[in-house]
Amino acid sequence: MRFTRTSKALGIVAIAALALTGCGAGGGTTEGGGDTAGDPNKVITAYSNEPQNPLLPAATNEVYGGRVVELLFEGLRTYDASGKPVEALAESIESADAQNWTIKVKQGQKFTNGEEITAKTFVDSWNFAANSKNLQINSFFFESIAGYEEVSAVTEETSADGKKTTTPAPTAETMSGLVATDDSTITVKLAQPEADWSLRLGYSAFFPLPSAALADPKAFGENPVGNGPYKMEKEGAWVHDQSISLVKNPDYTGPREAKNGGVNFKFYTDPGPAYTDLQSDNLDVTDVLPSNALKTYTTDFPDRNATKATATNSTLNIPGYNPNFQGEAGKLRRQALSYAINREEICKVIFNGTRTPAKAFVPPVIEGFEEGIKGSEVLTFDAAKAKDLWEQAEKIQPYDDSKPLQIASNTDGGNKEWIDAVANGFKNNLGIEAEIQPFAKFAEVLNLRKSQELPGLTRAGWQGDYPSLYNFLGPIWATNASSNYEKYTNPEFDKLLQEGLAAKSTDEANAKFNQAQEILFEDLPGLPLWDQARAIVWSNNVVKAETGWNGGIRYFDITAK
Amino acid sequence: MVRFILRRLLQVIPVFIGTTLLVYYMVFALPGDPIAALFGDRQPPQAVIDTLRSQYHLDEPFWVQYGLFLQNLFTSNLGNDFTGQPISASLARVFPVTAMLAIEALAIQAIFGVAFGVFAGLRRGGWFDSTVLVASLVVIAVPTFVLGFVFQLVFGVQLGWAKPTVGANADWGSLLLPAVVLGLVSFAYVLRLTRASVSENMNADYVRTATAKGLSRPRVVLAHILRNSLIPVVTYLGANLGGLMGGAIVTEGIFNVPGVGNKLYQAVLRSEGPTIVSIVSVLVLVFVVANLLVDLLYAWLDPRIRYDQ
Repeated sequence: MRFTRTSKALGIVAIAALALTGCGAGGGTTEGGGDTAGDPNKVITAYSNEPQNPLLPAATNEVYGGRVVELLFEGLRTYDASGKPVEALAESIESADAQNWTIKVKQGQKFTNGEEITAKTFVDSWNFAANSKNLQINSFFFESIAGYEEVSAVTEETSADGKKTTTPAPTAETMSGLVATDDSTITVKLAQPEADWSLRLGYSAFFPLPSAALADPKAFGENPVGNGPYKMEKEGAWVHDQSISLVKNPDYTGPREAKNGGVNFKFYTDPGPAYTDLQSDNLDVTDVLPSNALKTYTTDFPDRNATKATATNSTLNIPGYNPNFQGEAGKLRRQALSYAINREEICKVIFNGTRTPAKAFVPPVIEGFEEGIKGSEVLTFDAAKAKDLWEQAEKIQPYDDSKPLQIASNTDGGNKEWIDAVANGFKNNLGIEAEIQPFAKFAEVLNLRKSQELPGLTRAGWQGDYPSLYNFLGPIWATNASSNYEKYTNPEFDKLLQEGLAAKSTDEANAKFNQAQEILFEDLPGLPLWDQARAIVWSNNVVKAETGWNGGIRYFDITAK
Repeated sequence: MVRFILRRLLQVIPVFIGTTLLVYYMVFALPGDPIAALFGDRQPPQAVIDTLRSQYHLDEPFWVQYGLFLQNLFTSNLGNDFTGQPISASLARVFPVTAMLAIEALAIQAIFGVAFGVFAGLRRGGWFDSTVLVASLVVIAVPTFVLGFVFQLVFGVQLGWAKPTVGANADWGSLLLPAVVLGLVSFAYVLRLTRASVSENMNADYVRTATAKGLSRPRVVLAHILRNSLIPVVTYLGANLGGLMGGAIVTEGIFNVPGVGNKLYQAVLRSEGPTIVSIVSVLVLVFVVANLLVDLLYAWLDPRIRYDQ
């Protein structure tokens, strides 16, 4: 899932704050006995912003639409606060060979418009989402299912001036591997075994849709009807650029039952005013803090803040087309760069303890994470070693220092400070010229990344879609993967990922994925920098708020006072 | 008179084409692919990007894009913004809010600016005059965003007299605090203009004549001094209305007002050409109409002014 530029920069605060238990000595707040009785019918207000897409699960991949969709719909599974999958609409999800899956769907479940949810509902919804004609941006979540290629087929045309245009041209309407054998059974055949496939079934792309959504997705996206813990307050509850109001769905019986009467998402184009509203109890909860509040939120909101690690990390990618970083010398230089970054100090001084130094290519909150993977010692700061490796590389092939080493990034959202620090580390420890290559907008960097025109390094970030090691490796580093913009490729790495996916058990799969990371540490196509945490604060009107594994607030768990 | 108005309205056409062309070209020249930027690090299938791009005509050359925009404009269908929402609907949402804010701010600066300016001008050099002069200098010197944050903190958070932000369902009451902040700087200018103008006109012959005729003091001040002093003030206020409508980006940001400034800011961030140019088009109309009204007011304020030769 993408994270917006502002939230990436502003909202994310680190686990260093584990130390910050509510030690704010007696503020003047008047809460009494605390967590006991709440008002289950009171509506809470929450920070948000205008969703960028229609509120259809497979058409939403940004945070502000995503949080609404997750409350309006319920899938086969959901995730608990730690990221562990919990069955929701599924009675059971089983597979003997990680390729053929049998899903039993709970009976008697309904959308809020009364429409029954059966196995067929899921099959229709998934076929709809995967069909290239429907232009659902999350369609690649179905790529593992047999028959996806036909449903998602496109034709590519090259015009006279060399511009390529891709047009949807599905050759089938349904995926051959996806069948509803009866009202309560879905059988799924994957194109190849994937041990962690069932982990992703809690992601919003897999939510069921009522038939109205398939008939007119555009209209449905304005006034969605779901089966989740909440429903839209009324027709037109989404007031564009202003708010979305949700009310409790009284018929909901799943694991995420709402402990409040509803959630009113108020839209803010800037987190500053939201923070002010929280200070005066005009807003109940926010997960995006203005950058100037990162130092003060624990004292501004004593006993009313929480900071928790999330599945989001940052890397500094090194394009393989840069001649300075090719061959044996390039490999040594990549290691030297990594040793020359003082992650510990940057996290402490620049992020004010709001990020933690990376330990691997995957953040620690993901199940299966392993510390001390072979090769991960490059993540520790070691000036002497950096210099030594650089000199070794010089002997093989001299470094072309005609141009300074540039680190490309958009400069909004506080990126400049840490990039300057990293560049200074390169200068001081390696004796090379290094500087930021600034861009006003994220779009410019992305374009140049895609067309492989960036001369130097580039900043990259990833937020997990579902809690799995593979999600942090496959989409970014596998050959030709959707977000592999620097076109890294290593057949051995791909092979280990495939073996991991084909493993019979999660443990076995995770062992393979961690082994695959050894290759990444060997090749260093990107330098893991740090993992992020999410800080939230809440008002005097609510008892407490909590974030889930991916940093999203668990709105349904919030009780009003 | 009618000819004058018609001529002025006809001037709108070149102004309109010039501004929209310029703005559209600037947006067009922005680097980066706005559609790809909508999705961040996790890009959707290429077919989605390509379809959206052709849907918004971003694959066309500049003149085709601009021509399509003009065509849309004249069929009064402004098309959709990048989130798929009709632009006309979002204009209909944001302009009333900002119009309310601008009118409130304009009223504050006109009423208080003129009143204080007259008092200060009549007793030039007195204690009121000196105090007001220093105070207005301070207001002019402090940037709007500082005033905004201070007012928000003092009146919104600490005293709790007003809600610190506006948000959904903006009304006259909730817009008062941002309107005060927005109007304050121009208030100081209006005050100083009125003061200077009034103190100059006090020595005019017609004022001496009016006083000699035995007219009451209020009548001399209101009908003779003030009326003749208003021309520069009205000129300033008229030009300011357009500025208030389009230039409230900072204030709207601080107080989270869902108005034109906020919308424009978002659209610029997303390089949304059609939205930006649609907003600018309306602002151009506002400017032109406001200036026309100012010109018409001149004749009422000073009957010696004639429009038709």
